[in-house]
Formats: sequence, C-alpha cells, structure tokens
Amino acid sequence: MLETIPLSLEAVRDIAKECFDEGWRLVTMSANQVGEDSFDILYHYDKDLTMKHYRLTIPKETVVPSISPVYFAALLVENEIRDQFGVCFSDIVLDFAGALYLEEEVRAMPFCKVSVAQKQC
Amino acid sequence: MARTILPFGPQHPVLPEPLHLKLTIEDETVVEALPTLGYVHRGLEKLCEVRDFNQMIQIVERVCGICSCLHALCYCEGVEQIMGVEVPRRAKYLRTIWGELHRIHSHLLWLGLFADAFGFESLFMQFWRVRERVMDIMEATCGNRVVVSVNVIGGVRRDLSPEQCQWIEEQLAVSEKEIKQLSDTILSDYTVKKRTVGKGVLTKEQAYQLGAVGPMLRGSGWAQDARQTGYAAFGELGFDPIVEYDGDSYARCAVRFRETLQAIDIVRLAIARLPAGETAANVSGAMEDDTPKPVSAGERRDIMQAYNRDKRHRLAAAPPPNLDLPAGLVAAKVKGKPDGEAVTRVEQPRGELMYYLKGNGSKNMERVRIRTPTFANIPPLLAMLPGCELADVPVIVLSIDPCISCTER
Amino acid sequence: MFNMTKNVVTNLLTKSSTRLYPIAVRGHFEGFRGTLVCNIDECIFCRTCMIKCPSQCIAVDNKAGTWACDAMACVYCGVCVDVCPTSCLSMTKEHRPVATEQQTIFLQGVPKKKKKEEAAAE
Repeated sequence: MLETIPLSLEAVRDIAKECFDEGWRLVTMSANQVGEDSFDILYHYDKDLTMKHYRLTIPKETVVPSISPVYFAALLVENEIRDQFGVCFSDIVLDFAGALYLEEEVRAMPFCKVSVAQKQC
Repeated sequence: MARTILPFGPQHPVLPEPLHLKLTIEDETVVEALPTLGYVHRGLEKLCEVRDFNQMIQIVERVCGICSCLHALCYCEGVEQIMGVEVPRRAKYLRTIWGELHRIHSHLLWLGLFADAFGFESLFMQFWRVRERVMDIMEATCGNRVVVSVNVIGGVRRDLSPEQCQWIEEQLAVSEKEIKQLSDTILSDYTVKKRTVGKGVLTKEQAYQLGAVGPMLRGSGWAQDARQTGYAAFGELGFDPIVEYDGDSYARCAVRFRETLQAIDIVRLAIARLPAGETAANVSGAMEDDTPKPVSAGERRDIMQAYNRDKRHRLAAAPPPNLDLPAGLVAAKVKGKPDGEAVTRVEQPRGELMYYLKGNGSKNMERVRIRTPTFANIPPLLAMLPGCELADVPVIVLSIDPCISCTER
Repeated sequence: MFNMTKNVVTNLLTKSSTRLYPIAVRGHFEGFRGTLVCNIDECIFCRTCMIKCPSQCIAVDNKAGTWACDAMACVYCGVCVDVCPTSCLSMTKEHRPVATEQQTIFLQGVPKKKKKEEAAAE
C-alpha cells in the first residue's frame, strides 16, 4: 500500500522549497479524480532511490500554487494536469493555458469522469 | 541584434517523431527554445476505464514502440504489488532477460540514429545491422519483434528452453564482437567527436535539479539508475550503474554505448543463473527451497571469463534454427481484482519510468499514470538549447533520445 | 589506414552481407505470431476470445455461429490463443499476404445447440 504524507494547499510551495533544499528530486506529479468533485494531486519526490509522496486533496476549481518556480521540471506536468483535469496552477513558469495537448477551443476535460468545464484563471 | 524565430520540427530529418521547438535565434545562436507538444497524444491512460486490468498490459506496451517490454513489466509489477502476488523466480529472470534485450536494441537504434544526426550514414547502417540480431532473438523467443507481449500479471507467457538460451548466448557473442568493432568509430573518431564533445552541456547540479533521468543523469556524473532498486531479478543479480562525467552529448553517447555492452553481460548472467522452471500449478510451494542469494563479484567474473574463453561463440550466426518451443506460461495464479495504490519504477533505455496505479476493486483500473523518461528529459533539453549553435540543435535534441509518443502517451 | 585495408580485404573475400531478397527470403522463426487461424469446426462460440481481446477485433455471435476477426485491428498479442478453451485458435508463423483492401476474416460455423433443443430435435 502506498504511504502518502498529507499536504495542505498553503504548504505546497513551502514543502517543495524544503525538499529542493534537502536535495530531493521531483519525479513527477500525478492527478486523480476522487469522487464527484475533488481531486488528488500526488507529488512524488526521490532521493537516493527512496521515494516519498505528498497527497494534496482539493475540491474542484481550486487554484493550486505552481511549484515550477522551485522545480523547473514541474512545468510540463502542471500543464498536463491542467489539460487533462482542468486543475489550474498559478504562476507556472511557462503556461500553455490548457493548450499543451488540446486545442484552445476544447472546453471539456478529457480525464474527468464528470464534466468539468475549462476555466480561465 | 535582430532576432529570428525558427520552427524546428515537427517534421525534421533528425526527428523520428514529431516534436516542435520554437527556436528564437540571434545570428546563429539559439537564445530561447519553446516546445509544442500534442502531435501524437493518444490518451492511452484514459483507456483504463474501458479495458480491464489484464488488457491494459497490451495497451501500455503500445505507449512506446521501442521499450514495450519494460512498460508492461512496470505495469505488471505495480499490479502485482497491489494484489500481493509473488512472481516465480524464473519469471523474474526471464523478465530481466527480455528487458535487457530491449535495452540493447533500443540503445543500438539510438546509436544508429545519433550517427545519422551528424550525418554518418554508414555508421548508422552498421549499428542497425547489429540490432537486427537482437530483433531476431526477440522474434524467436517472444513471437514478435518489437511489441513482444510476454508479460502477464503474475509472470511471463513464454519460457526459454536450454537450446534457446544457448542460441541467445551465441547470437549475443557475435553482436558483442560487432559492437566492439564499432567502438573506435563512435567513441574516438575525429569527425564524431567534433560534433559531440562539448555540445549541449548539462552540469551535474543542473541535471539533478531539472529532473533529468537515465543516460542524461548518468552522463552528468550521477550514479543513479532505477535498476539499483532491484526490480525483477536485479535484486539478486546486483547492478552498478555506468557513469560519465562530462555532461555533454559525447558523454551521453558513451553511457549508452557502454550500457549496451553491460546489458549483454546482464543477459548472460541472468541466463547462467536462470532458476529451474515452476509452472502455474505448483507455484504456491515453489518459492520455499532455494533462497535467493546475490551474485558475488567473483562469480560474475567467472561467468564472463568462461564466455571469453569459449571460441564457439566466434562462429557466425547461422540462419534461425527451428528450436522446439517450451511450454508457455511461467506465472503465479492471480485471483481477485486490484484494489489500492502503487508506485513502481523501472529503468527504461531512456531513463527511469514511473507508474502510479490505482485500482478500486473493479476490473478496470481507476487511474494509470505513466511518467515516461522523455517527459522528464524535456525540461533539461530546454535548459541545454539556449546558447548553442543552430547547427548543433539536431545533435542536442537527439542526445536526450527523445521518444515523443512516450511523452504524450 | 591499415584498419581500413583490413576491412576492404575482408569485405572483398567474404560473401554479401545482405540477402538477395526475391531469391533468398528470410522466413520466420518457430513460434512467431504471424496469422491468427480459427478452426471453426471446433469452436464452441464461447466468446472468451472476444471478451479478452485487448484490441477488440474479434466478434463472435453464438446464435448465428459466426466468428469474425478484423485482421487490420488485430495486434497479434496471442491472448485469444492462450485463453481459448478448445484450442481452436492458433497462430501460424507466416504473415498474411499483402492485400489491396482491408480484410475481415469471417467464418461461418454450426452454432452449438443447447441440450434441451438437441433433445427436442431427436
């Protein structure tokens, strides 16, 4: 069973900074829809081949602070989550605004089980 | 100075797959690179909602055309972890063998393409000729050349007979000899070095902070490889990563070249230690007796020396022998449906591959999240490009071994 | 320089390293998944292959007794062969020949009658 550390919305960037300073590498982030209208976002960090996972649970239409100013590598995955689940991130270093894979006119979020409309943030 | 924006790709002779880079150039120097993705996005992760968890094996194999076996391996290990399935030892070794064969053929493919990127056509042909031998092994042992489809949850679908093992060893011995013949050209030729040394330098700190994986990371001096985590049979076989320190295109090329030879050794080692067969029927009691013990350095050396002495391997490869096929399935019985979460990692030829799997007790997985190595290697690419010459862009882009189908899934 | 001379001499004295294609054909290994073959006489139309197929290219109708495979959609994974309870499915090692249009393998068999119906017929 996967052990995860709960994470609050305010602490996202602080924890990222902390991990960065301690020499953890960002493996990736995974988004996952839980129930009707909330999302799980997992932050996977790795150091010397051990991994730790932070779990952030947010209701839909929450704007999550981006960690890409800390971990540049997060920019692609954050854009991807925006594309697939419609979860917006504030201050991504390189913001594709929901058009990384999708065309700009696409409004429905492909990976959501209930329809979530594309929202501008 | 006036700036020009130059589109690089999605159709470009050097790119096997479509990636678009918007290059801002000043004179001949790149100052900024912006990627555009989405040309081959297929939504394979989404398919887990309509295909059951067994059918997903064939789906995830098609994420990448080159390293299909390792995708299936990673997925199966994840599901096995969720369901608490113990895989027969023989199946673990067989997975290792096929996984490493995939690495050999993927690296040979890349070495060929890389040679092509700096215009060395004949070297390209030479590498691909060697690769064909490995493809033959794959065809003879798995039934398909590329998308081998041997992994199932609980084990593997095919077995290797002793004759096949011997034939694989002979083929690999010939391949190894042929690869070594090419080492002078790819690693010490003046023209090759002129195009690769010092191009696209990624410093040690940069590589780690930008999340580079695989030969990118190891080319920059980090001895980190997901095989050290001991998936499949690596826990018993032991593994030391290959490291180069310069962080340029040449270092990445050298890492891949040496990894090819190392993978050949791993296959030999795994074949030499292949445990006796356990069929699906008696799997529950089969794990008790021989406890796994790691290979000692001495044993590894003995096995290698035995190969070097054996002149039989010098024989040129004969046409495919029609060997008797052993009975298939080497797998544990699997009951129930996956319920829970797991994160698994394996080392793909391009780097570390991560799967996050979530099952909800139904026949469909709730979420299959795939983080492919190229996905992690694109941010370092964006950091390497500014400052390089326009003419070096193809070499640098290819040096990350881009697999765009992987990236977008 | 001398390296090259050695290679030139070797290449002159050895035979061609490529195959003279139409004359010498490569052939396939034993166990290669080339073509999916169904022996319709043994098929019991249980639809296991249809359910297990990851590319959903097989369509079985147990009432009409038909077995069809969209050969272009088949991915040659061999799962159907593994799961077939009567072993009526098999794979031969030869590829399907090149064709000018998409092919569907369509086989008409005799649907299995239920035991009641059989008894009634007698």
